[in-house]
Amino acid sequence: MTETVLSLRGATKRFGGLVAVNSIDFDVRRGQVLGLIGPNGSGKSTTLNLISGALQPTAGDISLRGVAIGGLRADKIAKRGISRTFQLVRLLPGMNVEQNIIAGAVFGHRRRWGAAAKQDAARLAERVGLGGKGHMAIGQLTYIDTKRVELARALASDPEVLLLDEWLAGLNPTELQVGIELIQSLRDEGRTIILVEHVMDAIRSLCDYCVVMSSGAKIAEGTPDEVLSDPEVIRAYLGDDDA
Amino acid sequence: MSLTGKEIQGVILAAIALLVVGALPYYGSDYLLSLGITIAMFTVLATSWALFSGPTHYISLATAAFFGLGTYTTGLGFESLPFWSLVLMAGALGAVLAALVGLATLRLSGVYFVIFTLGLAELIRQLITWGQNMTGQKGLYVLTDFTEGNLYMMLVALASAVFLVGWLIGRSRLGFALRIIGDDETVAAHSGINTAQAKVLLFMVSGAVAAMTGAILAPRYVYIEPALAFTPLLSFQVVIMALLGGVHRLWGPIVGVIPFTLILETISANFPNQVTLFIGIVFLIIVYFIPRGFAGLIEQARSWSQSESMA
Amino acid sequence: MDIIIIGLLLGGTYSLIAMGLNLQYGVARIMNLANGEMLVAGGFTAFWFYTAGNISPLLTIFIVAPLAFAINWLIYRIMLEPLVRRAKNRGQLEVDSILATFGMSFIAVGLMLAFFGGDYFNYSFLAVPVTLMGETYAQNRVVAFLAAVVICAILYAWITFSRPGLSLRALSVSPESARLVGINVRQRAAIAFALGGAITAVGGALISSFLTLDASAGVAFTLKALIIVIMGGVGDVRGTIIAALLLGVVETLVASLIDPGLTLAAAYALFILVLLFRPQGLFGRKPT
Repeated sequence: MTETVLSLRGATKRFGGLVAVNSIDFDVRRGQVLGLIGPNGSGKSTTLNLISGALQPTAGDISLRGVAIGGLRADKIAKRGISRTFQLVRLLPGMNVEQNIIAGAVFGHRRRWGAAAKQDAARLAERVGLGGKGHMAIGQLTYIDTKRVELARALASDPEVLLLDEWLAGLNPTELQVGIELIQSLRDEGRTIILVEHVMDAIRSLCDYCVVMSSGAKIAEGTPDEVLSDPEVIRAYLGDDDA
Repeated sequence: MSLTGKEIQGVILAAIALLVVGALPYYGSDYLLSLGITIAMFTVLATSWALFSGPTHYISLATAAFFGLGTYTTGLGFESLPFWSLVLMAGALGAVLAALVGLATLRLSGVYFVIFTLGLAELIRQLITWGQNMTGQKGLYVLTDFTEGNLYMMLVALASAVFLVGWLIGRSRLGFALRIIGDDETVAAHSGINTAQAKVLLFMVSGAVAAMTGAILAPRYVYIEPALAFTPLLSFQVVIMALLGGVHRLWGPIVGVIPFTLILETISANFPNQVTLFIGIVFLIIVYFIPRGFAGLIEQARSWSQSESMA
Repeated sequence: MDIIIIGLLLGGTYSLIAMGLNLQYGVARIMNLANGEMLVAGGFTAFWFYTAGNISPLLTIFIVAPLAFAINWLIYRIMLEPLVRRAKNRGQLEVDSILATFGMSFIAVGLMLAFFGGDYFNYSFLAVPVTLMGETYAQNRVVAFLAAVVICAILYAWITFSRPGLSLRALSVSPESARLVGINVRQRAAIAFALGGAITAVGGALISSFLTLDASAGVAFTLKALIIVIMGGVGDVRGTIIAALLLGVVETLVASLIDPGLTLAAAYALFILVLLFRPQGLFGRKPT
């Protein structure tokens, strides 16, 4: 078995009386693409926010390569090697594509500055399909290109774990194919990725392993085929209590 | 560190400007020199204000507090310590005060910061006045041998230092971090930037400079008292000049300082009661018509003329 | 003991002013830094009616309220709505409204200076002692306090139980959802802003019966109202009232026991404590 990079033990988040994430456990191994799936409001994004430090867990442990990171500030977690994209794309509107990508490289996990950062940004732009668009303003980009910029920024720090929060959402069928292939190529590179996703095709073709959440709790885990045929998972998706 | 051709051009222009400006005491009249001091003072204050508030969009109204702190440093120490050490000490005190204010407020939203800085000068003024009442002291006399020309030269030197520091910060990681924070603080944090630390650091620079300006200018007032040293209007003037000029460029504030100072001088000489009204109107003009200041207008005009010539 | 009661009396009027600001910031999302000038304008009107026609400030508020409502409604519609419309996010609206209302505050001070001059103004209304529980207090303070209590109670009941009040609360919690359930957000925000201005002006009319004001006194009141709103929690009526009473008491204590020149410093000390330990307000839940 390969090394465990990230592990959650009993990770819990309460908002007042509401338990958004209820004692979640799972491990992510190096090079694995883990799909975090479940119906809307099941706590997937909250879990991602706990891992990235956007939210502080109420209880439980989160560790990156054996070192506890749960409850650290977001910037510290980014420095340790976890980077993310956002459910609603967040770019820096005052900067061009190249600077947006560099922003991910300067302060994060593997830090570069100056010419080295520029070179890397150009390489990453090429890598995600933004070749030649480095000097474009953010406002001029198409939707999929804004997603590409965000992905490149997250990759710029060469993270140990990459968190993608519904990165494929909102793409049209052609773009979706391009997007899936892009993430596929990251997987082939050996990137460790946690994917929060609704697109079933993407989950089947990209994920090595899936964790299914419903109402804040983990209800199933296994390979995509296993979990997607699990009756409880089907009930969670189709049942009227959560829809 | 290598400079591009455009940057070398900028350095040469700056050097020429510095020569012309710096030689003012040798060719200018007394009136011109006095005006020069006011402009130099506001250039320093507005430029250092914009260093922090430009990228972060936090509106600081604490300038008067830092400035007053500086004047009092000189006022209390000029008899026992060399002047240059007082200026440095004022800078250190300003940085400490800025750090305290920043730590208390900068992790919260911008509104808290504005409110806090709005009353800061008044708070310190009340405390000093109270302290003076307790000890039976009134104001302080600051009697030195400095001429207006001396003070002017010191301010020009400080202004040059501020421009240099601003230029260096603009090229540094800290400057880049601040721009990211200004664009999206959440992205900044998730990119590994300690946002609170970056903001506090830059606010300290801005506070230190304002305090040093106050320390240098104390001899000009001869007699200082809390109401004069901590006048809240100063903070607003600085905000308005910086915004009028444009805070997204290092050279922006100075294009606001010069016309505003000249017009304000004219108005306060002829219609002293209308000064507040005038400041209010300029505030509204900035918000509604020139949100990017004169610098924004200049850039727009440039890009128009470029596209004209290309057509 | 009497210090505490004087403080509570003062705090009662403060709560009115802070309620006005809270409506403007909590519901209409405008950080109105010209709030204190609206207060002074209300005070000016009361002063003017009292000295010119010997009309009691308690009657003047029925003129001040609709007038201030109309003026603030126009200010919102003409000056602030364009800012709301052009703002790309909450932060930008905050900066724009802060700068714009600063401008308005300066203009208001300038206009008041031009029309009324820079003198302090006060008038002697009900400046007779009353005895409560064996201690004597100025009657005007007691009357102003009672009037403030009545207005606060009406406002609280209106916001809590009436349909329009409910829509304002919905707006303060979530403008997006309010729009979805069919609330006309623009119109309601304008009403909240106007109502907030009217309440502040009424507070000013009441305060002028026992405090001396001048054209540039507004900013100190703006600061105090802001501190109260933050201390009580944005959008929290109960918190605002308690914070206002607390500020009134602390201020009066400091003024009478240490030095009257330190009232703002006292307000600040409270503010710093709140910022450091409860930035979400006295009763607010920890933000997530």
